[in-house]
Amino acid sequence: MRFAVLQFPASNCDQDAVHAVRVLGHEADYVWHKETSLGAADAVIVPGGFSYGDYLRTGAIARFSPVMGALREFAARGGLVLGICNGFQILCEAGLLPGALVRNRSLQFRCEHVFLKTATHDSPFTRRIPPGKVLRIPIAHGEGCYFADEATLATLRANSQILWQYCSANGELTDAANPNGSLLNIAGICNAGRNVAGLMPHPERACEPILGSDDGRFIFESMLQTLTDRARAKAA
Amino acid sequence: MKAKIIITPKKAVVDPQGKTVQSALAHLGYQGVTAVHVGKYLEIDLAPGTNAAAARRALEEACHKFLSNPIIEDYRLDIE
Repeated sequence: MRFAVLQFPASNCDQDAVHAVRVLGHEADYVWHKETSLGAADAVIVPGGFSYGDYLRTGAIARFSPVMGALREFAARGGLVLGICNGFQILCEAGLLPGALVRNRSLQFRCEHVFLKTATHDSPFTRRIPPGKVLRIPIAHGEGCYFADEATLATLRANSQILWQYCSANGELTDAANPNGSLLNIAGICNAGRNVAGLMPHPERACEPILGSDDGRFIFESMLQTLTDRARAKAA
Repeated sequence: MKAKIIITPKKAVVDPQGKTVQSALAHLGYQGVTAVHVGKYLEIDLAPGTNAAAARRALEEACHKFLSNPIIEDYRLDIE
């Protein structure tokens, strides 16, 4: 499979994302933000970083980059899009995901491993995560506090669009386990169509045991399984 | 001609900066402060002869789609 990894000025997790895809035995291409095509991508990763210096608001300027038009079309056709950290912020600013990410409630930049509970396995991003498995994945952000109004939160819950929540090591959703004050301990969500997802933790930094955790693989393997199933269905 | 835009966090959004500044004011002995909200201020210079009504319409749109995020922020636009 072929992943496109977008690059904005000041993206800084683009190389990690490409590396993770290659470690999993697949291909990844960088796509500069001024491009108007995603090439032959089967899936897209919007990586982490500080696009445009986080000026104005995180992701606020990147969402107007030319490549975002192609991304919007790709998503509208059902293509899989995963936004990680700043990528999640960009997708929210672009309206491809509901809600917004604001300053951590502690005002601290948090850089550490956290635990994640998978709230639903019914998505192309979570289907291969073993049931009951608590993921251990690093975060590194200052503005990862997920906010949405009551009506949006109710919709997210009703449609099972919450994919991951911060939890304790044994899977309990506690305030102590919430590193940024996100509502409902939300770490990641998907859109109503379930083909666009975003999360603040960095699964691409947790794909090899030497990095302290390879739990991030389950997320990419979920995407790869979905892509493989789609290719099979198309060939049949 | 100038446009002056003040962007503030919506009341429903937790504003940890505002709370920290409020707490610091109290520690410094400033009494009677019941809330602080930290926002942004943008000052935009407009070309001489710009039509104020047209500039307001354009900037309202810019505020809504770019300069503020309506999910988390309110804005006030003044043209002088």
